Amino acid sequence: MQIDKMNGKVLLANGKIADPVGEIIYDSDILIENGIIVRIEKGITPKDDMETINLNGQTISPGFVDLHVHFREPGFEDKETIESGCRAALAGGFTKVCCMPNTDPPIDTQESVRFIYRKAEGQIVDVFPIAAITKNRKGEELTEMVELSSAGAVGFSDDGNPVVNAQIMRFALEYSKIVNKPIINHAEDPALKADGYMNEGVVSTHLGIPGNPSIAEEIMIYRDLTLARFTNSRLHIPHVSTKASVALIRQAKANGVRVTAEATPHHFSLNDEYMRSFDANGKVSPPLRSEADRLSLIEGIQDGTIDAIATDHAPHQYDTKETSLDIASYGMIGLESAFGLSMTNLVHAGHISFIDLIKLLTIRPARAMNLPLPGIKVGEEANLTIVDPDEWWVFSRKDIYSRSQNTPFIGRELTGRVKSVFAKSSYIRLQD
Amino acid sequence: MDFKVKSKIADEQALNRTITRLAHEIIEKCRGIEDVGIIGIRTRGEYLSKRIAKKIEEIENVKMQVGVLDVVMYRDDFRMKNRLPRVEITNIPFVVDGKILILVDDVIYTGRTIRAALDALMDFGRPSSIQLAVLIDRGHREMPIKADYIGRNVPTSPGEEVRVLMKESDGEDAILLVEENK
Amino acid sequence: MNLSIKHLYGLEGVPKEDLTQIFDTAFSFREVLERPIKRVPTLQGKTIVNLFFENSTRTRISFELAEKRLSADTINFSASGSSLSKGESLKDTIQNLYAMKMDAIVMRHPVPGSVKLLSQFVDAVVINAGDGTHEHPTQALLDIMSLKEKFGKIEGLNIAIVGDIRHSRVALSNIFGLKTLGANVALCGPPTFMPCGVESLGVKIMYDLDEALQFADAVNLLRIQRERQGKGLIPSLREYRNLYGLTRERLENLKKPLTILHPGPINRGVEIDSDVADGDYSIILHQVLNGVAVRMAVLFLLVGGK
Repeated sequence: MQIDKMNGKVLLANGKIADPVGEIIYDSDILIENGIIVRIEKGITPKDDMETINLNGQTISPGFVDLHVHFREPGFEDKETIESGCRAALAGGFTKVCCMPNTDPPIDTQESVRFIYRKAEGQIVDVFPIAAITKNRKGEELTEMVELSSAGAVGFSDDGNPVVNAQIMRFALEYSKIVNKPIINHAEDPALKADGYMNEGVVSTHLGIPGNPSIAEEIMIYRDLTLARFTNSRLHIPHVSTKASVALIRQAKANGVRVTAEATPHHFSLNDEYMRSFDANGKVSPPLRSEADRLSLIEGIQDGTIDAIATDHAPHQYDTKETSLDIASYGMIGLESAFGLSMTNLVHAGHISFIDLIKLLTIRPARAMNLPLPGIKVGEEANLTIVDPDEWWVFSRKDIYSRSQNTPFIGRELTGRVKSVFAKSSYIRLQD
Repeated sequence: MDFKVKSKIADEQALNRTITRLAHEIIEKCRGIEDVGIIGIRTRGEYLSKRIAKKIEEIENVKMQVGVLDVVMYRDDFRMKNRLPRVEITNIPFVVDGKILILVDDVIYTGRTIRAALDALMDFGRPSSIQLAVLIDRGHREMPIKADYIGRNVPTSPGEEVRVLMKESDGEDAILLVEENK
Repeated sequence: MNLSIKHLYGLEGVPKEDLTQIFDTAFSFREVLERPIKRVPTLQGKTIVNLFFENSTRTRISFELAEKRLSADTINFSASGSSLSKGESLKDTIQNLYAMKMDAIVMRHPVPGSVKLLSQFVDAVVINAGDGTHEHPTQALLDIMSLKEKFGKIEGLNIAIVGDIRHSRVALSNIFGLKTLGANVALCGPPTFMPCGVESLGVKIMYDLDEALQFADAVNLLRIQRERQGKGLIPSLREYRNLYGLTRERLENLKKPLTILHPGPINRGVEIDSDVADGDYSIILHQVLNGVAVRMAVLFLLVGGK
């Protein structure tokens, strides 16, 4: 990764612009001055005072937005820091990320929200903290949502823990109306999950591994959708993983419930067959599901039920993964492989168009969390991710910038790659 | 490995004559056969031991005690080969304590098989003596072991091998001198 | 005659030829156990560690005996009171042991997959002595060997496995092995004891014990873990015994011979009545003897070569 500060005039020549707002892709050059887009047209003549970057037909998208990352700071800096997380985000083409509050201490006070902003100062990636729904993420008492919101929290989640008590969840949804920011509940009924750590199904039976059934997720999503309808509040459903969950959200949207939903690349790229390897890198929460679930998730992405692709980037040191499955940590990193997996398994697999993928990575997640998103327009800040949709590559450890390398995708062949990023007057080249 | 036949050392008739002679020698040397047990080493030693026992029974009109011994578990060479030998059942259906045991094998060569067989027999008890009967002695001993009853001495050179064929396993009775095909 | 497998993680995917060879070898080794001197030098100079992260008396003794009968050097490592309680990781423990030059590791661990995981860290032969609710291949091998001894063949036999299938590594290994060898397998127990989608393994499910006994040439009764009672899977051991216990009356009403296996230890008066366990149809003690022989066979075939 090579970062060059470019304060003057920069010409991005011979690119294609993928505009998710107008839903069009067209050939154009972009001229940037002091980090602001000043001209968008074909055939801008390079001049001596311009830094010219020849894109050779690569595609320019608005910078990607990830609604769901774990940057581990404060408390678990051995796994990730905001700085290392931002580098991982850049490597994946993400210029805006929302970080989850399951840190130590958790992000449940104004001061802790400000801590995140302070730590992210000077980074090219914008980091937006999501604050906890309940104090200490215990599911008992609501946090001071209005204060947290005024400090800059963009949403509320106890991610990793569900809000088990339906009454608390109801109050959280109701109270959040003051700030009009979404409640993001990790939907998983702990009693049904029991001691399960992979999807309950034929594969878990073959492996003798305690199963975490799809109903553990579906029942809580049903509850949350019902509460969101009843309270007319905003609900965002993270990492949707099952067939019935997709159907429930689809139905709720048709009924006018104010709900948005995200899916992760690992849930639409892998199924529970992966666990036959007993590789703890496949241990995630919610678990990798059946092939039928995976296909339904893709249907949900196709028909718009799913609003965003979010990575649930969850770094862990290797030793917490090189251990028996019961005590191995949950989660995998995802930022660096997200675009390649999405291109390969959604676009090149023929399920969605390229521009639909760009929407799932940009304007739709930005809207779900009310994030500012500069368009590719004259006068807007240049915040751009440049990709080659057709480049074939093999995901390897050297593509990882996170402090942790817990991913089952090492060695995977992908088609579609992030090439560079232009943001905050900096040009970041990702490969040599 | 591929082999070609160099010569036929014995045909069916000759082989039977040798077995008969070995039976006579055993009877003679053991001065009666009441305390004798015959134990064949798998695979062809087993067939051979049964034939010798049958011959003795015909001559002496008695019932012989016959056992079969698999020495794979005692061999010193299977760890040097890539393929594991098959472990077959050992069956010695009589008490060996105080008996004269006649150990029977088809060919004696390095002596290592007999060494393994002697070790194995010791785990079954304390015979009064153990004697060795072989159809062919082809020389090249690597251990201080010698047979008490020998059907034939067949000196061999490197690359040569003696193959005993028996109806029970090979469909015909014959002894062949074979050579490795280079 | 080498096996196609290099380690024994479980019986899933182990080909018929391998199973047949293990049984043939085991019957040969069983004769050794009848000799005045029950020891052969076959594995002299090989070092085998028995690594038990979970209490087990029977399996550990059976393995240890099998190793000693083959003249291997054995080391026993039990997790209770060992370095594991000091927070040392599984990987560290195993690499430490392996650094002392082991030829084979026999491992029991409470978590599925741990034995396979272990094999990534060492270059020794790894044998699963039970990994949580996953597999317990040598137990299934001795069960099947005992059936083979009794019936002469496995193909076409009707076997019922009764009890807590969901939490049973013995059941899973038996299913894999028996199906490979062509037996018909029925699982019997309350629905809460049946794992999700187990029919995919090609087995029948029966909730009625009498139906299962009618079907079966042999029945394998699994031990009921008493602690299951509190988790709501069954209301009481009393009701379990009434529904699924193999009682004298049930056996008499059956009016046909039935071979009875049990992996032990027996909960007398729960899954089986004492007089049935000790009666003529039971081959439970044969299983124990065959257990040593089959473990000798596995050790010889996996550790014996180069």
